[in-house]
Amino acid sequence: MVFRTRRLAGASVAVAAATALVAGCATGSGGSTSGASGNTLTLWTHNAGNSAELDVVKKIIKDFNGSQSKYKVKLQAFPQSDYNNSVVAAASARKLPCLLDVDGPNVANWAWGGYLSPIDVSGSEVPLSDQLASTVGRYKGKLYAFGFYDVALTFFARKSVLNTYDIRIPTTDKPWTKAEFDSALAKLKKSGKFAYPLEMGTGGSGEWWPYAFSPQLQSFGGDLIDRDGYKTASGTLDGKKSVEWATWFRSLVTKGYMAKKSGADPNKDFLAGKSAIQWDGSWNAAKNAEKLGDDLAIIPPVDFGDGPKIGGASWQWAMSSTCSNKAGAQAWLKFSRQTKYFVDYAKATGTIPGTEAAAKQVDGYQPGGKFNELVQFARKYAVVRPVTPAYPYISTEFQKAAQDIIAGADPKNALGQAAKAIDNDLKSNNYYAG
Amino acid sequence: MTTMIAALERLRPVRRTRTTHARRRESLTALGMATPAVVLLIVFVVVPLALTFALSFTDARLISPTPPHFVGLDNFTRLIQDPVFFKSLRNTAYFAAVVVPLQAGLALVLALLVNAKVRGVNFFRTVYFLPVVTSMVVVSLLWTFLYRQDGLINHMLSALTFGHVEGRDWLGDPATAMPAIILMSVWQGVGFHMIIWLAGLQTIPAELYEAADLDGAPRRHRFRHVTWPGLRATRTFVLITITIQALGLFTQINVMTEGGPLDSSTTVVYQAMRTGYEQQQTAYAAAISLVFFVLVLAVSLVQRFLTREKD
Amino acid sequence: MTSFLKNLGGHTGRVILALVFALPLVFMLVSSFKPDDQIFGDLGSLHAFLPVGALSLDNYTGVFERVPAARFLLNSVLISSITVVLGVIVNSLAAFALSRMRWPGRKLVLTAVIATLIVPFETFALPLVWWVNQLPLLRVNGFHLEWTTGWMDTYQVQILPFVANAFSVFFFHQYFQSIPKELDEAAIVDGAGWFTIYRRIVMPLSGPAVATVAILTFLPAWNSYLWPLMVVQSEDLRPVMVGISYFFQLNVGWGQIMAYSSMITVPILALFVAFQRSFVNSIASTGVKG
Repeated sequence: MVFRTRRLAGASVAVAAATALVAGCATGSGGSTSGASGNTLTLWTHNAGNSAELDVVKKIIKDFNGSQSKYKVKLQAFPQSDYNNSVVAAASARKLPCLLDVDGPNVANWAWGGYLSPIDVSGSEVPLSDQLASTVGRYKGKLYAFGFYDVALTFFARKSVLNTYDIRIPTTDKPWTKAEFDSALAKLKKSGKFAYPLEMGTGGSGEWWPYAFSPQLQSFGGDLIDRDGYKTASGTLDGKKSVEWATWFRSLVTKGYMAKKSGADPNKDFLAGKSAIQWDGSWNAAKNAEKLGDDLAIIPPVDFGDGPKIGGASWQWAMSSTCSNKAGAQAWLKFSRQTKYFVDYAKATGTIPGTEAAAKQVDGYQPGGKFNELVQFARKYAVVRPVTPAYPYISTEFQKAAQDIIAGADPKNALGQAAKAIDNDLKSNNYYAG
Repeated sequence: MTTMIAALERLRPVRRTRTTHARRRESLTALGMATPAVVLLIVFVVVPLALTFALSFTDARLISPTPPHFVGLDNFTRLIQDPVFFKSLRNTAYFAAVVVPLQAGLALVLALLVNAKVRGVNFFRTVYFLPVVTSMVVVSLLWTFLYRQDGLINHMLSALTFGHVEGRDWLGDPATAMPAIILMSVWQGVGFHMIIWLAGLQTIPAELYEAADLDGAPRRHRFRHVTWPGLRATRTFVLITITIQALGLFTQINVMTEGGPLDSSTTVVYQAMRTGYEQQQTAYAAAISLVFFVLVLAVSLVQRFLTREKD
Repeated sequence: MTSFLKNLGGHTGRVILALVFALPLVFMLVSSFKPDDQIFGDLGSLHAFLPVGALSLDNYTGVFERVPAARFLLNSVLISSITVVLGVIVNSLAAFALSRMRWPGRKLVLTAVIATLIVPFETFALPLVWWVNQLPLLRVNGFHLEWTTGWMDTYQVQILPFVANAFSVFFFHQYFQSIPKELDEAAIVDGAGWFTIYRRIVMPLSGPAVATVAILTFLPAWNSYLWPLMVVQSEDLRPVMVGISYFFQLNVGWGQIMAYSSMITVPILALFVAFQRSFVNSIASTGVKG
């Protein structure tokens, strides 16, 4: 009997060991979890679902690995919707890769949290000073990240439709005013041709909400937080101007100008003529131009009083603080900063090149090109989302407030609640000092 | 839980005929056999759960340069002032209160339908069970598509009523979001409990039915006096598994509504996840989890009390 | 004739319910062969459920361009089947000890095991991420084994946390109770040990319970989503459900989502259809009845 007990215990150990072995074999060759093993560096990107952009990353890695024999960079791509969760989980286990990309507004949070390390890219082909300001991720005066492109928000419409209803086609120099915009929507609605003349992607979720709508809030004169020290949102997010924005935003739904929740594919609905004006990102510009030709109007954001505004900062590259081979990571970052890669990115993703030099080489984005206006929007109107470690929290609260307002919540209450929650969060984090 | 505890009570004392030595060997072997499962449960459930509970008394953050500090009951005082938490509690209770009887009842109807001795019942059993085999993430995505304003359900409604019924955006309306999720959840889960009921039905001795037939009892009576009493143990099992599953409502909410609109579909587990991950407030989320754990435990005990075996 | 009429009500009910349960899945499968435009176009008519129009495998080829689907499927098969095999062994052993043997503390252990049933996994997932990274890992380095720490990015982190399962223990426990204890006593008189009784007597009699536990372990393992996202970084180690989120970048192609969903669902449905009868019978004959 004793023998049998021992045999049983032996069997259990054997099973456990076998599992460990199977698992060990599977990862033995990888061993990539410390960010780098020797001179092989791991790189994470959010692009698993976007093969066009992923191909550019692959190309830079291939070129880099071929350009020298010391370092090797190894790619791991994640689906975007859960990329941040993966990074946070890895960081909590101190298993971040050496190189990773980060959405612009999250740079401050990740830098503050100790995920990222300041980088030095001096001496690379493209100097930092050439870049669009919104493509450079700084926190507390230190450089943490840089991006190859930015995106611009814009209205798309058909010139023919606007002309039919006698609506002025605005220009960068003379954007629509709030009154003009409202009357345009009223005319379009009255025509009866459009169930909802305005399409703003209200069926979307996540970062789209603060990205798309906080610039409108800012154009009204409000903001997400008092940017003077980033110590409180009360009085700003629920201030008079912000409530004006929220009231207007809600009225779009009550007046029937905009759907409470847009369809499965807003851009397709616009192209099919279901909506007259679409608030969208520059990434659809090329597609729209292809379908509509010269009839496409690329329209600057509306000036709601405080000037036209769009959100700045898209995905950027950074280095983790736990990287065991920082020299290698810096080498990759510097290598990647070549004009040709800025060009490749912009071409592959239909986004705005991060430098003038690159813009000159991308069809449509060179001065006078049909998309050059978008470059101007990014230069003139871009407001970066608040550069504070509290941003991810602010983002979730704003998102909820905006969605509640559309669903019928009292604008002042909804914003007041969000402001209070943000203030609580700031206080409980000692205002993100440290 | 009753069934499980009833199971405990059935552990019959083994006759004391063997020697102390044999019993010691038996104990050792038993320990050896139970050890792998117990160790795995301790490592992968008990320890992380204990960690969660410990975190609820700190100010731990998901991302933070400073280590967590002990803050006593701060998170719990904040919790009782949090309006969203009470909405989450209410919605969770609402969901469970509707889903438990609805799913259990529908499952029983299905089980009775496929327990009949007619051709093709195997086909129907399979079809009713199909959604159970389909992942909840896939099901939620699929139904999000069906529930849209321009989705399949509204088109069907309009076609079936010759345009008299105008559909709505089911998930976008605070009044219908939760009912829509309830309907889908029952659709997905009912097949499993149908099988459980079926199992119970098949253990009722056929002689009882024959006796009832001899007495000339109508079908209704047959159900009330033979079937229903014969399903007592199964009832408890169905009740408890659906309750636990319903109280843990999360995936559907996360994929379909994110708690909205106007907090009409936020639930306790969803709120804990949103607070803990998206909003990075680990400690507060841990406090929500702890309260949730206590509540589920309380519900289970109440159910056990109500369904206790009276004999 | 009368019996047919009597059954007519039941038949109608069965058929209508069958439509309710099957149609959404039929819609998914049928749509996976249609271009996006047509999926939306067909919504207004019965065409939504019929394989008509411009059918093609384009969505499927699109899926393979976007997601390393074959690798994901292989991983899921591997992870799910190892979880099932280990789960059946570990949980049945524990249930055997709890239901057929006499030892101090078994009641306490059974209660504690059952209590773990009520905690949803989501509530302690994140501390678990941190925790699995403190665990020791034996791995192969060249030709020798070495100990390191941290289970991130492995197969085992996707398997071991889900092997021991309170529900499975309970299920086996109930089933074992229905096997006469006299068998054990007779075997002991013949000089058999407990492990032999487990392996030679109880397990061979427990086929239905094994089948049920296998299926109920397989489904969540196949469908796991949140956990692999948090603990697995290499694309080579990811399971199928993670692939779903690959489709939510930029513009969502519903046709491709339907294709991918069908691809990871249909094999499971086929498996179930094949084993349907034994599965139902197995639950029916196990301890769930009380």
